[in-house]
Amino acid sequence: MKLLEHEAKALFRSRGVPVPPTGGVIKTLGRLSGALKRAGKGPWVLKAQVLAGGRGKAGGVKLAKNASEAKAAAKAILGMRLISPQTGPQGVLVHEVLVDKATDIARELYLSIVLDRREGRPVVMASAEGGMEIEQLAREKPGAILREPVSPARGIDDFQARRMGFALRLTAEQVTSFVKMVRALTRLFIDYDASLVEVNPLVVTKKGELIALDAKMSTDDNALFRHPDLASRDDIEAGALEKQAKKVGISYIELDGSIGCMVNGAGLAMATMDTVSLAGGRPANFLDVGGGANADQVTRAFQIILKDKRVKAVLVNIFGGIMKCTTIADGVLQAVKKVHLNVPLIVRLEGTQVAEAKAILDKSGLPMIQADSLWDAAQKAVKAASEAPR
Amino acid sequence: MSILVNSDSRVVVQGLTGATGSFHAQQCMAYGTRVVAGVTPGKGGTRHLDVPVFDTVVDAVRAACANVSLIFVPPPFAADAILEAADAGVALVVCITEGVPVLDMARVRARLREMNAAGNPVRLIGPNCPGVITPGQCKLGIMPGYIHKPGSVGVVSRSGTLTYEAVWQLTSHGFGQSTAVGIGGDPIAGTGFTDVLALFEKDPETNAVVMIGEIGGSAEEEAARFFKKKMSKPVFSFIAGKMAPPGRRMGHAGAIIEGGSGTHAAKTQALQAAGITVIENLSQIGETVAKHGKELVA
Repeated sequence: MKLLEHEAKALFRSRGVPVPPTGGVIKTLGRLSGALKRAGKGPWVLKAQVLAGGRGKAGGVKLAKNASEAKAAAKAILGMRLISPQTGPQGVLVHEVLVDKATDIARELYLSIVLDRREGRPVVMASAEGGMEIEQLAREKPGAILREPVSPARGIDDFQARRMGFALRLTAEQVTSFVKMVRALTRLFIDYDASLVEVNPLVVTKKGELIALDAKMSTDDNALFRHPDLASRDDIEAGALEKQAKKVGISYIELDGSIGCMVNGAGLAMATMDTVSLAGGRPANFLDVGGGANADQVTRAFQIILKDKRVKAVLVNIFGGIMKCTTIADGVLQAVKKVHLNVPLIVRLEGTQVAEAKAILDKSGLPMIQADSLWDAAQKAVKAASEAPR
Repeated sequence: MSILVNSDSRVVVQGLTGATGSFHAQQCMAYGTRVVAGVTPGKGGTRHLDVPVFDTVVDAVRAACANVSLIFVPPPFAADAILEAADAGVALVVCITEGVPVLDMARVRARLREMNAAGNPVRLIGPNCPGVITPGQCKLGIMPGYIHKPGSVGVVSRSGTLTYEAVWQLTSHGFGQSTAVGIGGDPIAGTGFTDVLALFEKDPETNAVVMIGEIGGSAEEEAARFFKKKMSKPVFSFIAGKMAPPGRRMGHAGAIIEGGSGTHAAKTQALQAAGITVIENLSQIGETVAKHGKELVA
């Protein structure tokens, strides 16, 4: 789960990591003057609270020298549709603005803790090149990134953070605060089962203080059971259909094509999307019905897929593993009878008793197109979708 | 030969008495797997599915000579179950459980690394995987047994149903499998592609390998490097997730393109550059192996 900047900053503050003085988050212009007062004397920075990166360039971050500039900035940001490379062409609607006191910047650094998948442990990364996207930095100047492994049990040792601090050319006094900050953020990462804690930029002010100017944090969905505070929080990133699917154990991600896909297993679901595209179509979604592809679950999956009005054909691709194909065929039939299916249905089953299953589907008299392989199914689905009335 | 498991493997099932553990243990037994014990804390001294149940893994190892563990315990307790098996001296641990917190796995990896350094190597497969099967000898997991047949193609995969799809195509084209290994779809896995490729390279009964990858992480790129340096046997690969949008987790916790890395394009490019045949159309795995690999696999 991804946290918004102001949520991450609140966690930073609770761990003693310096962040800019803030007036908090506002949702309406009427709250602006109170927020400016709380943040202290101007200038201020107003920042759109959305999960996507690239906010600055997209017009979601504005500096305001006085109250009237702040008002103009808040007006421009609140309710804007922020479009950045990370949001996709439709962008995201901005509901909240964070009002922070502006910071005098002498230097911008980069600091993050991420999961090093290859080594199987977290790693602290830092660089003197702050403000730049770390991915770009990794491509262009891989040597400019410092790395220190984190023990998932012990965290990080002070000497590791100190080594980084001196390599970043911080003064001895700054290194002391840097070590404290790295230790606190590493602890935060571990305590919250994070998958990312990022400070970009970490600034050195003109007075020589270190301040986390931005904060990005995401946590491991698998660990939500031990973080009730996070689990009860609304998942901003997921769409309405995605949330509805999640509740019934279906993993669903909305895409922008016209062929609805219902598949068992995440890998096969991805491969089904790929095959649809290889056949010249565009998948409307990723959908994994979960292990037990029974009548109830298949019905729920149909209901979710059909809520997307762009869907012009539905492709069902189920590999009957331990569950027999005949059981799955019965389930599909029950589901089709229950939902009002108004688009062509293409079914590809594979596995044990597939011949009997095909006979069951044939005999049902319900309109559906059967396929022998995934490739066959994808081609038939693309054809059916292109012939469907608009 | 085969790798990892064979007809001599003596299996203890952790979580045997639960619904999932019970169901799949029965399926494994029906396939011929030697399930010798179960472990459920608090149910020691009872019997379930006609095998003894113990409170601890170490009891199961001592009393029933188990040397392999198969884990079905729920996510909050899975890491502890893995460590218990490792500590009890089980050499191979297969964890099926989906949804284990990533930092729990980081702790497990750290412990296994220490044990390895101390001369007590433990191999972990998974979590979030279908398990391992050596057709005709030992089924250690949740895969449907009947799709497999004994043979000489090794299969290794990050995904469950995609493995079944690949195996089924191989079997339908007349190619049996030496062993099929599901390494799982999580960001931190006990065993990676490279480890399994190394085992297949050493196994005299494996003549070719089918490797099923997906977006996210760099396991495929590492496999490509390993292949180029150390492998003589042909490898055929399929990578799922070409159409996956960046930044979204595609069902598997590990299947996510983060910061532009772990893409389908990058993986395909790395594999092809190393000399691995990349199959673009999932439905063509069987026929591609048949076309390229007939003389090698016959």
